[in-house]
Amino acid sequence: MALINVQLEANGPITQMDESLLERHDGVYEDEDERTTWIEYWIPGTYRPGKIDGYLADRPHRSVHVHLKRPMVFAEGALGQIGG
Amino acid sequence: MANSQAMATSFKAEILTALHALGTTVARGGTTADTIKAALYLASASRGAADTAYTATGEVSGTNYSAGGVTVTNATAPTTSGTTGFWTPSASVVYSTVTLSTAFDCVMFYNSTQSNRAISIHTFGSQTVTAGNFTLTMPTNDATNALIRIA
Repeated sequence: MALINVQLEANGPITQMDESLLERHDGVYEDEDERTTWIEYWIPGTYRPGKIDGYLADRPHRSVHVHLKRPMVFAEGALGQIGG
Repeated sequence: MANSQAMATSFKAEILTALHALGTTVARGGTTADTIKAALYLASASRGAADTAYTATGEVSGTNYSAGGVTVTNATAPTTSGTTGFWTPSASVVYSTVTLSTAFDCVMFYNSTQSNRAISIHTFGSQTVTAGNFTLTMPTNDATNALIRIA
């Protein structure tokens, strides 16, 4: 029996539920800056597709993994010209 | 063989180890590595290049998230390749079993040993987390992709 961390009430405690009692839905997004995956567990029969921010009582678990790709260069060294 | 004008490539990595003190005094003489931390910020915050230090303004809050964020694993020394100095944390940054219900899209890396001075600010697609882990995996640590690069 695999247990999943869940929060069944907004601002409530984090407890655990048997994974088999929930519906798992995975997602992925990728662009030139990042590759992001997420795992959501929903109360059976309540799943709604699409990105939904915030706490949802029927989505008691959401984990996210962001893989940063190539951040922009932060500095470029340069020298002044003596006598220039 | 002629002389050529250039900024020493080694200098670009050495400033990341505080080896150089170009001012009139030496800021410090210790040999212990600094502690780097990573704090998350709301999508509505205004973090950016003008930040000079960690701030709680606009920082996320929620179950199991501690103000100031988490400590970054720093086991890789800054180095150079070609004419670029670079550095990347040596492990993913993980916020374990948190609930962050208000959308966030930003992480600030800062030096908690040195008065919380800001190092860099990075953005990503806005997210929320419920009773789960938020993991930030670092880019490849090379001259093209490293988190901090000085070209």
